[in-house]
Amino acid sequence: MNKTALNKSHIELGAKMVNFSNWEMPISYTSLIEEHNAVRNTAGIFDVSHMSVFDFNGGDQVAFFEKIFANDIKKISQDNKAIYGALLNEEGGILDDLIIYHASGKFRLVSNCSTREQNRQWYEKHAVEFGVKVIERSDMGILAIQGPDALNKILAIKGIDDQVSNLSSFGCLFDDDKLYARTGYTGEDGLELIVPSTDINNLWEQALGQGCMPIGLGARDTLRLEAGLNLYGNDMTLDNHPYESNLGWTIDMSDENRQFIGKEALLSIDQSKSQKIVGVILRDKGILRAGYEITHDQGKGVVLSGSYSPTLQSSIGLARVDNGYKENGKVIIRNKELNIDFVSPRFLGQGKISL
Amino acid sequence: MSDIPGDLKFLSSHEWARVGSDGAITIGISEHAQDLLGDIVFVELPEVGQSVDAESDAAIVESVKAASDIYSPLSGEVIEVNVLLEDQPEIINSSPYEDGWIYKLTPADMSELDNLLSPEDYSEVCED
Repeated sequence: MNKTALNKSHIELGAKMVNFSNWEMPISYTSLIEEHNAVRNTAGIFDVSHMSVFDFNGGDQVAFFEKIFANDIKKISQDNKAIYGALLNEEGGILDDLIIYHASGKFRLVSNCSTREQNRQWYEKHAVEFGVKVIERSDMGILAIQGPDALNKILAIKGIDDQVSNLSSFGCLFDDDKLYARTGYTGEDGLELIVPSTDINNLWEQALGQGCMPIGLGARDTLRLEAGLNLYGNDMTLDNHPYESNLGWTIDMSDENRQFIGKEALLSIDQSKSQKIVGVILRDKGILRAGYEITHDQGKGVVLSGSYSPTLQSSIGLARVDNGYKENGKVIIRNKELNIDFVSPRFLGQGKISL
Repeated sequence: MSDIPGDLKFLSSHEWARVGSDGAITIGISEHAQDLLGDIVFVELPEVGQSVDAESDAAIVESVKAASDIYSPLSGEVIEVNVLLEDQPEIINSSPYEDGWIYKLTPADMSELDNLLSPEDYSEVCED
């Protein structure tokens, strides 16, 4: 199994380790709920070094991203900024979701762990015609420091460029090979640090010393769910197009001359008839889980992600449902019909980072 | 291992059974099980009067991460459920062997106790 540079630290901290797409990762250290609340109330640090990092060298990188990325890279290619979007196949199916960072004239891409091989081959296949070289950065690690106190704690860490405090949401900067970005997956303010693995232990120890609580992948999931952020594999897959996956806003067709992969397929979709992802709150006792069936007056649906929300102290989920849903519906849990409300997927209105 | 009360008998799937002085059997899950599950946020209790079979599912305990079936160590009829768990499922985390009991039953066949693990044998299961 693959291990991150912090594997030993996780075990020393008493983390429960799990196999996550063939990476040995911490699911929680103490209590998932305590970890979740620390990120909402103060600050937490995540080791997400299992994610895939790619750099690019030479050629026409803007044209390359214009072709393979459904959002328009031109939005950030003149700035020090990050952009979120989807990688589509010709049929409009979602190969992955990813963030592309651009600063100091360099692009760096972070995508999911389970799609690493598929994506690398996809990038390499399409990079050829643009003369771009794809460089997988398996020597990189990623830390996310998130929460209302995250920035203050980060500024106390030695070796991090003070300029990070000037970054706006989705802003980023390179310091040599280290990339700092005001991005995250929790709905809170904070940074992601995409830095050489050899720097990770020092940054991690300093962040813990500043009072950042170590946070496992369990709380990462409840945090992102409360923020209404999709998880690849649950809320979007190769079998879904972006309009039925809450990703319509990342599809940029404003440049009519831009031919990105999947565009033709998307143009043939009648969005008014597409299913939609909606937030669901369970009004009866129980816990929503992926796969549970949903019904409403005008159709049906299915829970994609479901869990307990430590902030709302009830069960919430993301569901893909037929059009025509109103305020409420039913979910079937173990042959019982329970009451649900349909709400915006942004369960937390106060989330400071908007994608 | 020293934490496991000596009067309990276990299934390898981490449920315990305790024989009361009135002959009723109290059932719950082990310290090890609650630790594996993490924060428990919902318990689906059986119904009083319901018949359960040994090693069949009788209740469901849900942590933030997942739902887990609770298998009955013994066959019998459910005579009481721990209604406190409806509003405070986390009691199972804090007191798995006492306040966090899940249900009680009248056993159909006391000899089924012989199929269960002693605390010593059960703690060996946990170490595997």
